Amino acid sequence: MTSVSMTVNGRSVSAEVEGRTLLVDLLRGQLNLTGTHVGCDTSQCGACVVHVNGEAVKSCTVFAAELDGAEVKTIEGMADGDQLHPIQAAFKEYHGLQCGFCTPGMIMSAAALLKDNPKPTELEVRDYLEGNICRCTGYHNIVKAIMAASGQDVPAVAAE
Amino acid sequence: MPKDSVIGTSPRRREDNRFITGKGRYTDDINLQGQTYAAFARSDVAAGIIKSVDTTKAAKMPGVLAVFTGEDFVDVGGNPAGWLVHSRDGSPMKEPKRPVLAHGKVRHVGDAYAAVIAETAEQARDAVEAIEADIEAITPVLNMKDALKDGAPLVHDEIETNLCYDWGWIEDNREKVNEVFENAPHITTLELVNNRLVPNAMEPRASTGVYNPGTDDYTLYTTSQNPHVTRLLICAFVMGIPENKLTVIAPDVGGGFGSKIYHYGEEALVLAASKKLGRPVTWTCSRSESFLTDAHGRDHVTKMEIACEKDGTFLAFRTETYANLGAYLSNFSTSVPTYLHGTLMAGNYKVPHVYVNVKAVMTNTTPVDAYRGAGRPEATFQLERCIDKCARELGIDPIQIRRKNFIKPGDFPYMTPVGLEYDTGNYDASMDILERNADLKNFEARRKESESRGKLRGLGIASYIEACGIAPSNVAGALGSRVGLYDSATVRVNATGNISVMVGAHSHGQGHETAFPQIVADRLGVDPASIEIVHGDTSKIPFGMGTYGSRSLAVCGSAVCKATDKIIAKAKLIAAHMMDAKGEQIDFEDGVFSVPGTNKNVPFGDVALKAYIPHDFPLEEIEPGLEETAFYDPANFTYPAGAYACEVEVDPDTGKVEVVAFAAADDFGNVINPMIVEGQVHGGLAQGIGQALVEHAVYDDTGQLLAGSYMDYTMPRADDLPMFDVDHSSVTACTHNPLGVKGCGEAGAIGSPPALVNAVIDALHSGGHKVAHIDMPMTPSRVWAAMNG
Repeated sequence: MTSVSMTVNGRSVSAEVEGRTLLVDLLRGQLNLTGTHVGCDTSQCGACVVHVNGEAVKSCTVFAAELDGAEVKTIEGMADGDQLHPIQAAFKEYHGLQCGFCTPGMIMSAAALLKDNPKPTELEVRDYLEGNICRCTGYHNIVKAIMAASGQDVPAVAAE
Repeated sequence: MPKDSVIGTSPRRREDNRFITGKGRYTDDINLQGQTYAAFARSDVAAGIIKSVDTTKAAKMPGVLAVFTGEDFVDVGGNPAGWLVHSRDGSPMKEPKRPVLAHGKVRHVGDAYAAVIAETAEQARDAVEAIEADIEAITPVLNMKDALKDGAPLVHDEIETNLCYDWGWIEDNREKVNEVFENAPHITTLELVNNRLVPNAMEPRASTGVYNPGTDDYTLYTTSQNPHVTRLLICAFVMGIPENKLTVIAPDVGGGFGSKIYHYGEEALVLAASKKLGRPVTWTCSRSESFLTDAHGRDHVTKMEIACEKDGTFLAFRTETYANLGAYLSNFSTSVPTYLHGTLMAGNYKVPHVYVNVKAVMTNTTPVDAYRGAGRPEATFQLERCIDKCARELGIDPIQIRRKNFIKPGDFPYMTPVGLEYDTGNYDASMDILERNADLKNFEARRKESESRGKLRGLGIASYIEACGIAPSNVAGALGSRVGLYDSATVRVNATGNISVMVGAHSHGQGHETAFPQIVADRLGVDPASIEIVHGDTSKIPFGMGTYGSRSLAVCGSAVCKATDKIIAKAKLIAAHMMDAKGEQIDFEDGVFSVPGTNKNVPFGDVALKAYIPHDFPLEEIEPGLEETAFYDPANFTYPAGAYACEVEVDPDTGKVEVVAFAAADDFGNVINPMIVEGQVHGGLAQGIGQALVEHAVYDDTGQLLAGSYMDYTMPRADDLPMFDVDHSSVTACTHNPLGVKGCGEAGAIGSPPALVNAVIDALHSGGHKVAHIDMPMTPSRVWAAMNG
């Protein structure tokens, strides 16, 4: 067992982990941050994306023991109290989720995209999401939500 | 009335609040005091004789609490088939047993034959590695036609054949159909494969069993689309537990698409293990296990024939299908190639004669069952592909040949030659909308533009019809269903006027928590924010059949209406009492009860409070309380239908297909929440496009699933798909349910594969490649090979 200390969503945490403990297992198992999900075992689906030191990382591909001193942000750390992060708000406004399972990873990836590329084209959004799989939405409304969150004009969500 | 209570508007989803903030509660998120972890030993051969399973070493591994093998479950019941199908000769289908854990034989790669329970998930998995199993690999049977040859190895020795049934629909049509074909002016024949798919809900299956020795009862948290069905299967068939001793809770569930309808052996195992250990036992499927054990979809091999006049008027359809059921009968697998497929073989068309033959085959592969669309995509695919080929052979425009044969609005109710009565529809109207929205009149200009960039552009059209709102119990029962297919709702008006609605349907992405309150609010004239939907917990909800087959709104939503109407009737009695009037005199509008011709009125909230403080009630006439339950059994299926157009660009150098435009014109009847409906269509389209272009569960000739991970099985990604143009403005309201709704969940997955294949064939023809058909998925290598002989 190894001791690690890191900042998770602004709070200092310490934990004893096995060498093989993945960051996602630390988050879900020991820290009870179950918003980060595990959808595969080959690092393809992206449901587990979190931010480590400001970069999007698949938390199923990094050992917890490697992250001593790191700053980690998960979906639980995105809203400011009751104030949703603009990407969270856009996912709701544009119906960018259905079952909700891929959603935390999608939002964390989208946040990383917009940090590097504040006004992405539709093609750039689609290209960036290559590592995040959604089975419900056909990505249509996810792409719209991310475009809208970046401040770009997006057609209304539904014909009423 | 608040604006967002109105039917046909799009209040944003209230369930989103928890999902976008990481506060969803899926089965694997639940962490119970003292819980232990299960892991399964699974066959790595497609067929094998279990000679011995030595668990001695595994039992001594660190943290191990118990080890189970198939022998431990020999005496409990099996997982049953929910639908009895009869063969053409009148004999019942073959029903091999499906045990909790395999014993005697393993029958597909991934078939579980032992399980370990340990203190941690890692310890359980480590101990599984220490199980010493002597399994003698035997020759598997994989190809369906080989499986039916004399002397083929048997998947189940006990049934002495690999043929589950040989079904004719309708058998009395057979002779006449053959006669029409003998004299037909034109016959189009197409042989095709409907490729095997893996549903791939993003949340892997998970189950936690909790036995309470103090009360001798069980709770199962599980990833289910229909917790009451799961409870019934476990109690009545597999474990022999009284239903009142088992609560099944399906909390937030991360997608289903059919794969979470069924009861799986892991659910029984965690319950049995929890009783043995006196501690909760939890199990979460890895994605690799999901690929091997979640029920797969499709896998049909079909020969379809159309007999018609030279002008394209259809005279008869004839089909012969081999349907792969896999190694065991998953709960509803036998109904998919039959009553969800053969009954739809008339499509949207006025064809006088249809005969369907289906041979269902057992093979050493993962069981196959309903996956989004379930039988109806297979029917639509073969029909709409074959019609396209027919049009090309006869030199008729693909839209015109469809219009020529469409059932017309004046023909409804229309009885098809395959046993369904369509209540309503307007297929020309959908086609009109499609032609406009897809801007088909300018297609040739777009084709020229693509050609100027060296690309071949193709346009594909498909119509579809599906039978949803499954189903009238009496019809289903007469056809072999062993369950009823109603649904249920309880509306409980609480004393201070807020409302709880307990529903049998389960929401795992469909937005019931938002859409169902719209229905109740509209009927009661109250604020939808005061209405909460309760679902997914058998101890809280009435017995309902759950969510599949695009049925939640049409069937459960109708039960919600019915229960709400009972509330109004009861509340009128109370209101009458409060206003010294008679119940039949009371009007109810916009949430206010009134006595016509007077200024007497009471608001709904006052009536609710009165119901629970009945100090002056005439108790022989009015019971206290305001709570009503309704069960709704539909009079017929509902029949969503529509027309789809797909435009593709094919790169002639590589064979790569790009979907550049996709338009869908659907008739779903009335729409409650357009935003949710459109989202459902988007998702269905993506799954259909995935099937047509990239998805394929490939087995090698030893029965290993080659496409067994996201490294190997291609899931559609954001950059594989275009923005979709969806339209549901063509409305023929369902004639037999109170909302006039039809269902929208599966349409996209049904109509899109033939539209896409038709588009690719069209593109290739435009480049001079006279290709008749390409099987799905249309990978670059397949398309390139088709172009280059």
